[in-house]
Amino acid sequence: MNAEVLFGLAGAVLAGLGLYGLVADPAPLRKLLAFNLLGGGVFLVFGVVARRGAAAGLGGDPVPQALVITGLVVAFAATALAVALLRLLFERTGQTLLDTAAQERTSPDQADG
Amino acid sequence: MTMGLLLDFFLVILALAAGWWTIGAKDSFGAAVAFVAYGLVLALIWVRIAAPDVALTEAAIGAGLTGGMLIGASTRLESAKQATRAGGVTRRLAIALSALVAAALALAVLGLPHPPPSLAAAAMAALPPTGLGNPVTGVLLAYRAVDTLLEKVVLILALLGTWSLAPDRLWGGRPGRKERRNAASPLTLLGQVLPPIGIVIGLHILWVGANEPGGAFQGGTILAAMWMLAVMAGLVDVPAISRTWLRLLVVAGPGLFLIVGLAGFVVAGGFLAYPPGFAKPLILLVEVVLTLSVAAILLLLLAGPPEREPPR
Amino acid sequence: MSLVRDILTVLSVTAGAFFFLAGTVGLLRFPDTLTRLHALTKADNLGLGLVVLGLALQTWSGPAVLKLAVVWLLALFSGATVAQLIAHRARDDRPGE
Repeated sequence: MNAEVLFGLAGAVLAGLGLYGLVADPAPLRKLLAFNLLGGGVFLVFGVVARRGAAAGLGGDPVPQALVITGLVVAFAATALAVALLRLLFERTGQTLLDTAAQERTSPDQADG
Repeated sequence: MTMGLLLDFFLVILALAAGWWTIGAKDSFGAAVAFVAYGLVLALIWVRIAAPDVALTEAAIGAGLTGGMLIGASTRLESAKQATRAGGVTRRLAIALSALVAAALALAVLGLPHPPPSLAAAAMAALPPTGLGNPVTGVLLAYRAVDTLLEKVVLILALLGTWSLAPDRLWGGRPGRKERRNAASPLTLLGQVLPPIGIVIGLHILWVGANEPGGAFQGGTILAAMWMLAVMAGLVDVPAISRTWLRLLVVAGPGLFLIVGLAGFVVAGGFLAYPPGFAKPLILLVEVVLTLSVAAILLLLLAGPPEREPPR
Repeated sequence: MSLVRDILTVLSVTAGAFFFLAGTVGLLRFPDTLTRLHALTKADNLGLGLVVLGLALQTWSGPAVLKLAVVWLLALFSGATVAQLIAHRARDDRPGE
């Protein structure tokens, strides 16, 4: 067991944990958190690939590292847009359920927005 | 070396615990706080695998901005009805699916090829013509500059998407509510004292990014945070999104990057190629303007769609 | 000389870690917001200061020591501000006042 394998396996477990939350938790905000957790795990696996590629006097391969930086920024942009959509949904309907049938059951009077 | 491995093991336990807490916390606020802790532990792990540039970005974006935004969202949506828990079958299927994916990823990690493929030598070979000392900055702004350009386009698209959620009558107005300035509040003091220091640190991170860990995005994030702090303290207001200077600021960085890239066809024989001898000044110029654009875009993404009537 | 520095670093960082531990125990054990804040800010400021002192002894170069000092001062300043904000909020939320 070396550090790369340890962090790689941790990344795999974190990705699985995030995927579980993304699928199983019905609240959209929790899905967003789980999505970012999943992303962190996948980035970590990628970071292990970068670390293994250490060569030419560097501690890691800079190409995957740069791709992870780009990925973090894009994940933030997607999360920001999702939060804005979620806030709009909350303002219009007073709740944040994605299931439209459940929405109609709980608030028939607010559906017209 | 065993001391190092022990530390790594400890960090992994912390990351898994924070991740577990994020998924399992009772309320969204607790989950968002756990996510911030998770991001900070991940940043430490990035330092351990010799990726300080990624560690800075993870701490600034992953833990700071994303975490702060989700904490804010969880308090705003506090009064939302709690969604019912998923049914037993869904949960069991989700557990099976995620265990399968985690196992597949773990097998992929264990089966990574020996010797590992690496582009480090190629990235280092491409570095001297740019005059940069930090290979990650070299990759971001020269070797794979097109990724960085498209990333900025994604940021602008996300901003346009956010703005387009505003109803017609608020289009062009100011995002968020006006924060009231309270001279007796400690936040006012923090908002007055911290930004000058933060601006210096943000520019420092941008400047050293050429040779050491740091860069345009990390610097821009610190500038955006200082701007946000002044907004939260009520010292300044978020500008109305119809302001021409604001829109120019948003597109200036990516626009200049694109112009320099297109000019590469004429003077250096390819898209995003830099003419010999001018690479470093051009990269620095693009980075400085990008930093300012990134700061404006991040502030506006955090502020959300316009919520107040536009100025007449 | 370097041996003396190493010993001082170990002592300082260990003492710092002890204050972090004490602060965390206080955060978990104290009964209300104000006492928990007290434990957290006092212990963490001192703990971070001692860790920074220990690291500064190791780097022993002007710019690095300056950066470490800035890290500590900024943490002190923002920690104090946030503690004030939370304490105000806790006082306002207390019933009957």
